[in-house]
Amino acid sequence: MRCTCESVEVVTVQWFPGYMAETTGEKPLTLAEKVWRDHVVVRGEDKDGQRSPDLLYIDLHLVHEVTSPQAFEGLRLAGRPVRRPDLTMATEDHNTPTLEIDKPIADPISAKQVDTLRANCEEFGIRLHSLGDANQGIVHVVGPQLGLTQPGMTVVCGDSHTSTHGAFGSLAMGIGTSEVEHVLATQTLSLKPFKTMAITVNGSLKPGVSSKDIILAVIAKIGTGGGQGYVLEYRGSAIEQLSMEARMTICNMSIEAGARAGMVAPDETTFEYVKDRPHAPQGEDWDAAVEYWRSLRTDEGAEFDAEVIIDADELEPFVTWGTNPGQGVSLNESVPDPTSFHDPVDRESAERALQYMDLQPGTPMKDIRVDTVFLGSCTNARLEDLRKAAEVIKGREKDPDVRMIVVPGSAKVRLEAEAEGIDQIFKDFGAEWRFAGCSMCLGMNPDQLAEGERCASTSNRNFEGRQGKGGRTHLVSPVVAAATAIRGTLSAPSDVLQPTPA
Amino acid sequence: MEPITTHTGIGVPLKQSNVDTDQIIPAVFLKRITKTGFDDALFYAWRKNEDFVLNQEPYKNGSVLVAGPDFGTGSSREHAVWALRDYGFRVVISSRFADIFYGNSAKQGLLAAKVAQPDVELIWKELENNPGSEITVDLESCTIRCGSVDTTFEVDNYTRWRLMEGLDDISLTLRQQEHITTYEATRPSFKPTTLPAKT
Repeated sequence: MRCTCESVEVVTVQWFPGYMAETTGEKPLTLAEKVWRDHVVVRGEDKDGQRSPDLLYIDLHLVHEVTSPQAFEGLRLAGRPVRRPDLTMATEDHNTPTLEIDKPIADPISAKQVDTLRANCEEFGIRLHSLGDANQGIVHVVGPQLGLTQPGMTVVCGDSHTSTHGAFGSLAMGIGTSEVEHVLATQTLSLKPFKTMAITVNGSLKPGVSSKDIILAVIAKIGTGGGQGYVLEYRGSAIEQLSMEARMTICNMSIEAGARAGMVAPDETTFEYVKDRPHAPQGEDWDAAVEYWRSLRTDEGAEFDAEVIIDADELEPFVTWGTNPGQGVSLNESVPDPTSFHDPVDRESAERALQYMDLQPGTPMKDIRVDTVFLGSCTNARLEDLRKAAEVIKGREKDPDVRMIVVPGSAKVRLEAEAEGIDQIFKDFGAEWRFAGCSMCLGMNPDQLAEGERCASTSNRNFEGRQGKGGRTHLVSPVVAAATAIRGTLSAPSDVLQPTPA
Repeated sequence: MEPITTHTGIGVPLKQSNVDTDQIIPAVFLKRITKTGFDDALFYAWRKNEDFVLNQEPYKNGSVLVAGPDFGTGSSREHAVWALRDYGFRVVISSRFADIFYGNSAKQGLLAAKVAQPDVELIWKELENNPGSEITVDLESCTIRCGSVDTTFEVDNYTRWRLMEGLDDISLTLRQQEHITTYEATRPSFKPTTLPAKT
């Protein structure tokens, strides 16, 4: 593998470098280029040195209640059917309550969006997992759990965190409402090819450090715009050692680095995860699928437009101090001084962030007290996330002043956790055990922070007001969330697992 | 999407530059679940002022908006075009349009006609002298006529063709239907389907 550069380098390559030569079969391809190549329906035309977009086939279209109503209305107005209801699936997640789910949704706008989705799915023949159904939940948790997300696919959804599905080696992208309508009507999208960036994570993670810390460190390193125009491929020994659920956490937050998508090459871990899930290929189909999936690795000699190298051995639990996911530090560090930023835009943004977050430069991150701990979201609410957090809190006491809310990513995750007794660990600890949905990640339902409240959150965005007007968010991993709930201040698992010296 | 070849309608002078999409339609209307019926939301804040041009006869029934430079800046919301279209506008004339707005317009059948600022001012003058004057926009010849003012406008060939054919993005892709069907026939059988549902 030739590495073209050591860190992020802006290389102006408008098209995939391997793209043109691909017809001759000579040029080695990256994973993203292979998946792209295998989905081109109509190739764009070259005109005056510019290439019009390719028309790509979409293998799986996931739908939820917030970004779909106008798309369905558009179809209705034009008298068009959904081309492939059998490649489309919907679930209710953004607006759904996590308490008393048997009662009508209180907020009229939320209720209307959910009711509209139900009516649209009925009218257009689309499979829907509604509130109360065992497969209801966050769209990015449900797809993989059903085995609908598989390597080498193109997956789209009207939600920016669709990048999650890239963990399987599929090309997965968030799209806008007009594009949702376009995919519903044609099962295709016109797309310009992207640039490619390798994120190589060498070494191994230390205990207590998780994939969330990898992605937060990547975003802090390249910035929230560092991935713009790129499809990221995460690779290296630390990535190979991760479970599928941990890989999903990383790919999920690719969008927070501005990337269009993030991918991990499929391997035995991937195949093992997909095998025997409800929609996994069976028999001969399984063998053919695995043979194809094995070919989806970046070729020896393929070139990326940029590369970032991270040493996993050096990583510590990570936490954000500011109001964008790139404003993060190791938990052992302190709130940075805005004057330490050379770039004037970064400095101003840090000043503003500290004011909003009500933090003083130089304050050790571990001295920061929180009011709420939120364990949930499409980033970190899968069974493994809940298990790991439960391991930390088991037999320990929650800080009495901290409210902890646990929102499983899907109804199925909730059921599986209950079957293992994990719910009881959280309940004994004093945490609230809720029903599935997006919940406090974006506060579209009643789960919101109060003005000025501070939260350690396993979600993906710490924007101003994201979790509730005036709420302050620190992004953390599930084990850091758990340790924080015990001590009441931002904490690493090692702070609670080992006795602290007096 | 209705094709346009020529359009004749009452011209509405909006003598402002940098009309951003928040002014065209405020964010509060983005919570709606429909793609139509945004006529009441168009220029919502400005329309509260009774002196605003759309509150004046005969402009209420206008269909050709004549605005200052840099029309449609700011947020990418497609609702801005929907609101203009739902109100009854078929053409917006300005010397410069924001890129995203320009792209969104073409997709919804709204003609964003680029006219040199001195000519925009001549049209404003004509409308001021003869309120309720009609403007005729001809896509075939790329000309605009308003009373004594006769001028041309700029539109790229691709957009012009799309507007004259009445083709939205989906119609364009559906012209490739054969290719989509051919591609579908080659998809391997191991690719999953959501139906029948398995749980």
